[in-house]
Amino acid sequence: MATVFHPAPRIASNEGVQDALSSALGSMLLSAKEEHGEIVLTVARDSIEDALRLLRDEHDYQQLMEMAGVDYPSRPERFEVVYMLLSLTKNHRILVKCTAAENTPVPTATRLWPNAGWLEREVFDMYGVLFAGNTDLRRILTDYGFEGHPQRKDFPLTGYTELRYSEDEKRVVYEPVELPQDLRQFDFMSPWEGADYVLPGDEKAAAAPPPPPVAEPKTTEKKGQSGAGEPTDSKADDKVAPASTGGTVSGQGQGDPAPVTTAKAEPGAPEPAESRPARKPRKTTAKDTKGATEPKPKRVRKPKGEA
Amino acid sequence: MSMQLEQSPTTGDEVITNYTINFGPQHPAAHGVLRMVMELDGEIIERIDPHVGLLHRGTEKLIEHKTYLQALPYFDRLDYCSPLCMEHSYVLAIEKLLNLEVPVRAQYLRVLFAELTRICNHMLNLGSHVMDVGAMTPNLWLFEIREDCLNFFERASGARMHAAWYRPGGVHQDVPLKLLTDIADWLDTRLPRLFEDAMSLVIDNRIFKQRNVDIAVVSKADAIAWGFSGPMIRAAGIPWDLRKSQPYDVYDRMDFEIPVGTASDCYDRFMVRVEEVRQSARIMKQCLAEMPEGPVSSTDRKVVPPKRGEMKQSMEALIHHFKLYTEGFHVPAGEVYVATESPKGEFGVYLVSDGSNKPYRCKIRPTAFSHLQAMDFMSKGHMLPDATAILGAIDVVFGECDR
Repeated sequence: MATVFHPAPRIASNEGVQDALSSALGSMLLSAKEEHGEIVLTVARDSIEDALRLLRDEHDYQQLMEMAGVDYPSRPERFEVVYMLLSLTKNHRILVKCTAAENTPVPTATRLWPNAGWLEREVFDMYGVLFAGNTDLRRILTDYGFEGHPQRKDFPLTGYTELRYSEDEKRVVYEPVELPQDLRQFDFMSPWEGADYVLPGDEKAAAAPPPPPVAEPKTTEKKGQSGAGEPTDSKADDKVAPASTGGTVSGQGQGDPAPVTTAKAEPGAPEPAESRPARKPRKTTAKDTKGATEPKPKRVRKPKGEA
Repeated sequence: MSMQLEQSPTTGDEVITNYTINFGPQHPAAHGVLRMVMELDGEIIERIDPHVGLLHRGTEKLIEHKTYLQALPYFDRLDYCSPLCMEHSYVLAIEKLLNLEVPVRAQYLRVLFAELTRICNHMLNLGSHVMDVGAMTPNLWLFEIREDCLNFFERASGARMHAAWYRPGGVHQDVPLKLLTDIADWLDTRLPRLFEDAMSLVIDNRIFKQRNVDIAVVSKADAIAWGFSGPMIRAAGIPWDLRKSQPYDVYDRMDFEIPVGTASDCYDRFMVRVEEVRQSARIMKQCLAEMPEGPVSSTDRKVVPPKRGEMKQSMEALIHHFKLYTEGFHVPAGEVYVATESPKGEFGVYLVSDGSNKPYRCKIRPTAFSHLQAMDFMSKGHMLPDATAILGAIDVVFGECDR
């Protein structure tokens, strides 16, 4: 454990707790870790109720303070249900979690803690995780008649419906969301710091597969094998525009290319595609129109009462 | 409201069977937008089904789309009666993931203002609790103290309520010395005078006691099983205070006492809060006396942006400023649950980071969820008007409950 610098709440020592709880949970435990000063126990979904009961009754984690759902869409069982347990007597906290999918109900904790009822309702409302044995699994935070589970990562931030008061119908009406401007998601991640998306223009570079490995790298012994011609003429440079020192645009010499006379005619500017008569010159000099430049005379207001 | 009239088989009188009423969501004693479907037998409450979520704004979803710093002001808007205590859990969660050191002066300032927030919150709650059971004057008197508190917040942060003053790594700005001396004067003179005056009207008042004593008695076992925290669990006689048992910032240097109740009724909950105000004042005085000089936020420039003056001098500071206000800082992958003692109870933040500049998941533990859920069993068998007293003693704010 690294040195603790942060001023976050200091609970009783974690030392030995992970081992003690791991051996107590036995086969119910899938994995245990201690990171950032938090002990996280992952328990098999089917035995979560037994595990929580064991922790409550044998290991003094008397209070269920919170339950949280987390969505990891890339996992086979995409949801995690996290139980935050608090021991008042040991002054200690642990996190217990299990995984779940949309169609795999988690055994309820309402038989252990009465306050799990609303917490499970919230996880169900936000993620659609089902809790087997919860007799009152209604939605809790969303609107009456709401559809969908808004905390899922694939649920858009703007939602699907909006409601407003309709003056015509004299009631609140639901309508599909219509944004006058698309919701903008600014992504300020530095590309060199491990952003895993393809930058515009880099599609080919990102898509190109790495060259297949070669068992025996080929070597060229003779000049003829390579197919390469004579080395470049040392005077080839002379035909290219010399780099100018007075250039203002970096990388672009301003110097004129040295004229080279060749036998072949140089291609000139293409012929115009259509013949268009040149514009006639203006006949008169520009004049200021009077109305545009001179201020209008002020209207004199008649005092009220005078007809 | 549905009512069914029947003929009594014995007396010939009319018998009223159970009927259901809606309490709220526009009831002034519903403390916001609580809707409770109550099943009554005459005037006796049989069952309560609280419907929450009428103020749900999708805060947790929004936070997932913001950088860590941009998400901070959402916390002010959770429990808008104690904004700084909401920020406190969040900044501590970030600091825990970053393992970031916070200067001592910043920790003192946070504790000072967290306690000022506690006083501010309790002024509102005590006042409205008294008003829910019929007395008007104490509420008006207590609002005078609350006004003072809000003025102090304004002088520290520029905002009266939504301060956004706690930042990961410390606080946003240092406070002027005059503000600290003014708070010290206020603690010595104005606060005790106004507060004790208002309390002298209430705490021995016969009517107030009749409305609160022995109302909604909760046993110790029930309080633990229902996940109570804060003044609700302390009124049940369990001396549990996160400031004492799991100290954060410099609470471990503070000398204060935890009031506990004996009867675990609404009156005890009220009196626990009254004593907490006095203890908060005591903590604040210690903070003012012991607060050292020094920086008010971490000097780790990968997390805390430099001050404007420094930016004008140093190119590196300018780059840091630009990067922190566009990309934001990255937080190492991991998950933490950090809970602090907010005025209403345990306010927790479960923060999951995937190593990027935005929280992967930020679950907020509202204090009201557990307490409001227990509303049903606490008010069973009580009279309809007792529901307002019970609700007032829970101290519920819907910005936090519904998120």
